[in-house]
Amino acid sequence: MNIKKNTELERMTFWEKIYLPEIARGLSLTFKQMFEPTFTRQYPEERWIPTGSYRGRPVLVLEEDGERCVACGLCSRVCPALAIEVQAGETDKVKERYPAKFEINMLRCIYCGFCEEVCPEEAIIMSKDYELVFTSQEEAILGKDKLLIPIAQLQDRLEFLRQYR
Amino acid sequence: MDAIPAGALILGVKLFLVVNVLLIIAAYLVYFERKISAWMQSRVGPNRVGPLGLLQSFADVFKLYTKEDIVPALVDKKYHMIAPVISIGISMATYAVIPFGEYYVGGVNLMAVAPGISIGLLYLLAMSSIGVYGITLAGWSSNNKYSLLGGLRSAAQMISYELSMGLALIGALMISGSLDLLEIVKSQSGGKWNLFFQPIGFIIFLVAAFAETNRAPFDLPEAEPELVGGYHTEYSGMKFGLFYLAEYINMLTASCMVTVIYLGGWDIPFLYENLAKAGISQGNPLLALIQFGVFFGKLIPLLFFFIWVRWSLPRFRYDQLMDLGWKVMLPLALANILLTGIVMTILQYFGIL
Repeated sequence: MNIKKNTELERMTFWEKIYLPEIARGLSLTFKQMFEPTFTRQYPEERWIPTGSYRGRPVLVLEEDGERCVACGLCSRVCPALAIEVQAGETDKVKERYPAKFEINMLRCIYCGFCEEVCPEEAIIMSKDYELVFTSQEEAILGKDKLLIPIAQLQDRLEFLRQYR
Repeated sequence: MDAIPAGALILGVKLFLVVNVLLIIAAYLVYFERKISAWMQSRVGPNRVGPLGLLQSFADVFKLYTKEDIVPALVDKKYHMIAPVISIGISMATYAVIPFGEYYVGGVNLMAVAPGISIGLLYLLAMSSIGVYGITLAGWSSNNKYSLLGGLRSAAQMISYELSMGLALIGALMISGSLDLLEIVKSQSGGKWNLFFQPIGFIIFLVAAFAETNRAPFDLPEAEPELVGGYHTEYSGMKFGLFYLAEYINMLTASCMVTVIYLGGWDIPFLYENLAKAGISQGNPLLALIQFGVFFGKLIPLLFFFIWVRWSLPRFRYDQLMDLGWKVMLPLALANILLTGIVMTILQYFGIL
């Protein structure tokens, strides 16, 4: 007959078996913990500023003479969540093509950064913007007016891409 | 105003004070529970509503009041409604007999709602056991398996631990020789606290008190991982709030019982002799206030202990709970009575007691 013994119970000393000293040890641990410092950030007052490696909301780079984007449609093609819609238009400028319509549906975006990786012009990049609040589905579809960000504000990310891509 | 007798007026004022003070204390207990648990887990805790988050509980109550009161279709409506009322009503009724001090006007102690009840302790025990009706009824009337299990667990747990609780008290009663809470406090005056004569009884009573109030590590009736929310799964709005409130008032009741029976109520050795020398003696309202302050000062460490234990110890398994109750605490409580009896007989034989 192989009756399994409760070895755990045999291994314990008398003082461990009556629990109370062990409970006192546990209580002393939590009591000490009360005076440890906390690491909480008081969010709305203290905001976290991400580093260049952070992948936030994807944005379009706006240079002095207009957007960098040439509306090749690669980002739209690679997007796994089908969040990006691009319609090309023609201009008389050097680049000849520009996005007549560029929309990112932020309800679909998964912040994977594929659009940024695939972009030949470094025109769509991930920003540091992580505070995305929408009150309706329509509002969550960002058009060119919200996507275009001046290049001066995006230097951290461009620097990061130059170093690590 | 001649129509209202003075006694009824005094009783009304006392009731008003006790109920309101209780509600405010319960609100701040919730706040401190959240704050202390936060500190123990390296968090900050509520700090938004009011300075240091001190008004958080009132915001919570406001939220609960304005929430929709959902009554599920298949519940037993009558009992579903009455269960939280029983819970809170019973937990508040216990404060009728607890003396917070001594201040006599016309031979009546003003520092207790219903003074001079000679079976005060029995009343306390009875009320704390009737409290289980609220929880069991809530579980049963909810028509929900998890709620029912929570309610049944609560009933089983309360019955198991009431025995050890009552038996643990007998040791203290044998020393004090009275069921009147005021007499029990008086018999401990001058530092002769029952805690020092009844350490085993004190520990058993404290553990049983944790089980009676459904607090961790004995919070099986609302064990979230197994039972969703336990007996209050089907409750929302202020009905849920009443259960929550009752839990904290029960915690306060248990602390009051420990203070009265084991920690000598408002007694502090040498304090009152020195106060009497300074001219503050029986009959002075200031003395009554000091007594109440001392009583309250003894409650605070106990309440902290309740919260502290909750955030330190893991929950018992159901069979472990029953094992502890029936196989350990009950024999220990019986042995404690025997031991107390033997020691008292020997001391009486030698004429020391």
